[in-house]
Amino acid sequence: MNWTRKDLHALSVLSAEEINLVLDTAAEFKGVGQRRLKKFPSLRGKTLVNLFVEASTRTRTSFELAAVRLSADVVNISASASSLSKGESLKDTAKTLEALAADLIVLRHSAAGSAQFLAERLRAGVINAGDGSHEHPTQGLLDVFTIRERLGRVAGVKVGIVGDIRFSRVARSNLEALTKLGAEVILIGPSTLVPREFARSGARITHRLDDVLGELDVINLLRIQHERQRAGYFPGTGEYASFFGLNAARARRLKPGALVMHPGPINRGVELDGSVADGPQSVILDQVTNGLAVRMAVLYLCGSVPPPEDS
Amino acid sequence: MKKSINIRGGRVIDPASARDEVSDVYVADGLFTSSPVEGAVEVDARGLVVCPGLIDLHVHLREPGQGAKETIETGTKAAAAGGFTSVVAMPNTQPVADHPGIIAWMQERAAAVGVVNVFTTGAITVGSQGEQLAPIGAMAAAGIVAVTDDGRCVQNHELMRRAAEYCGMFGLPVMDHCQDASLAGADALMHEGYWSTMLGLPGWPRMAEEIIVARDALLAEATGTRFHCQHLSAAGSVRILREARARGIPLSGEVCPHHLALTDEALRDYDTNFKMNPPLREQTDIEALLGGIADGTIDILATDHAPHAPYEKEVEFSAAPFGILGLETAVGLFCELLLHHYRAIELPALIAMLTANPARLLGLDRGTLAIGRPGDVTLLDPAREWQVDKNAFASKSRNTPFHGRVLRGQAVRTVVGGDTVWAVDS
Repeated sequence: MNWTRKDLHALSVLSAEEINLVLDTAAEFKGVGQRRLKKFPSLRGKTLVNLFVEASTRTRTSFELAAVRLSADVVNISASASSLSKGESLKDTAKTLEALAADLIVLRHSAAGSAQFLAERLRAGVINAGDGSHEHPTQGLLDVFTIRERLGRVAGVKVGIVGDIRFSRVARSNLEALTKLGAEVILIGPSTLVPREFARSGARITHRLDDVLGELDVINLLRIQHERQRAGYFPGTGEYASFFGLNAARARRLKPGALVMHPGPINRGVELDGSVADGPQSVILDQVTNGLAVRMAVLYLCGSVPPPEDS
Repeated sequence: MKKSINIRGGRVIDPASARDEVSDVYVADGLFTSSPVEGAVEVDARGLVVCPGLIDLHVHLREPGQGAKETIETGTKAAAAGGFTSVVAMPNTQPVADHPGIIAWMQERAAAVGVVNVFTTGAITVGSQGEQLAPIGAMAAAGIVAVTDDGRCVQNHELMRRAAEYCGMFGLPVMDHCQDASLAGADALMHEGYWSTMLGLPGWPRMAEEIIVARDALLAEATGTRFHCQHLSAAGSVRILREARARGIPLSGEVCPHHLALTDEALRDYDTNFKMNPPLREQTDIEALLGGIADGTIDILATDHAPHAPYEKEVEFSAAPFGILGLETAVGLFCELLLHHYRAIELPALIAMLTANPARLLGLDRGTLAIGRPGDVTLLDPAREWQVDKNAFASKSRNTPFHGRVLRGQAVRTVVGGDTVWAVDS
């Protein structure tokens, strides 16, 4: 199949075929890339702007390295260093970047829908690097890539996503990608942080991690943010860890081949014990490595689509 | 002859007098009269409905202070183009209309440039901050017809109780924007449900409206002051209102076109023209609102006309202001939805909800064709098909989600005090 999108703002709009195309492309990049940091000429002469209106180190770095490996020129802009801090609108900032010949804009922003908002208004390609609580498409893709690589398939795999589902863009992108590729998704967490409405999108919901621990092929633990505690979603990280933390005792009840995943950064001792994070079932560092290949695939595919004709 | 008109041969519907007959309506020197006026403008109304001038008791004219969105001039032109002869201006201007000086300024401005009647409301609290009573008595003396902190909701129940008691002294109704700020705070962006969950947008749950409707029912019962719940959106609000009215509590409610026309799924692409407060909800809420309209629980229709400039709306979703235009699409949407699509009510009931009922709530000397009253008339063609074109709007703004929609039902002539202020194809 052919890739026709200049943007990647959400996995919710992709077909299973499109998701597989990204994964296959990433696998090719990864296979070749293992022969010592090979650079590809695919995006030579193109400019990528990392527009990170919300702070991030790992995602920004991953996109930057991916772009460099594809021979693109990269500019990094953070909120504090941009005109956005002077009250310029997001649209005006992005239009200005486009006028400076940016071909791809990677956007991290606290407002859900902001990537789609820009994608609909710019000739440049827009890649969503996280929009509020909505989606983080490349994280969803790299998680599915890691599962496929390690387990050899995605269809039929049983994936538990544990934690702050309500506010998690990682959870939404994972849910979209996994269900489209035929995996079974179980959302696990406190009732205040796992809205019932997710059941309508095909996920199973439980508030008892111990009940499902032994059936999971993959357990993906999300970072618990302390501000949720202040807002009254749960009483404290200690209580959270006692019900939902993956400690050593719980890890022993996992299937032998089950994968332990985490998008990072980890709160060690809260959602995940250090010994498990560093243990044999953990694929957390694989996720980071695969993120590079997946982002190369996304930039390569979107960057190869010509901009739309002026209307 | 100015201020005089003979409207002949139309179906005359005047709910205030239970009149529904083919007949003539005459206005002499600005007032309804019983016989034809010599030298008056002649209008052939055969095939049309002739009814009292429509009243919209929920309009944001944006002046003073927000002329980039709308002005009293453009807002009243939009009203005329939508068939409304009277509008009630909300006080959330800049500065907030919480003082008789601002009320007087609005009235003077309306007298100078307004093309339809403008009635004013005053804020309940200073700056609509919900902390201290505004000078309600002085504003009553200046001519306000109600108080409201619309756009906000007084959270302190004790303060709201005292406001109601105080308003009782002046016979002023309290109009309330029902939103509990702890359940739906400043970050609430859309109806809490499946779509808010999938879109990752903070939810504005039904209960945040319902809990305040219940509060208002209790306060209306205890104080005897008339409460009016603005722009109802949630199914439970209708149930609470129905029960309260059955017990004789002086409580009423209004419904806006968009809450009957659209559901929360419309937000799936983050289009800010669907962002409004209270938010679009679900089909079950629409059904409940229709039930409330059909059985008289809800007896007033309004627009919540809320203009915003394009540069304000064309931003990321969370940064956009709430609200959409209403005046120029309301008659079409109400006719389309209530008469044609859902068949919830008949035309005389629809007209009552836009004329006699709001006039009664606010004590206006309008909303009827009675002899001697101000000669405000709207001519309707309830079956006329037309297509919404935002670029043809008289409003200064363009923030409508209904652009391109084909509707059945339109006002074809708007007459204020015997003068035609707007006519279709004019």
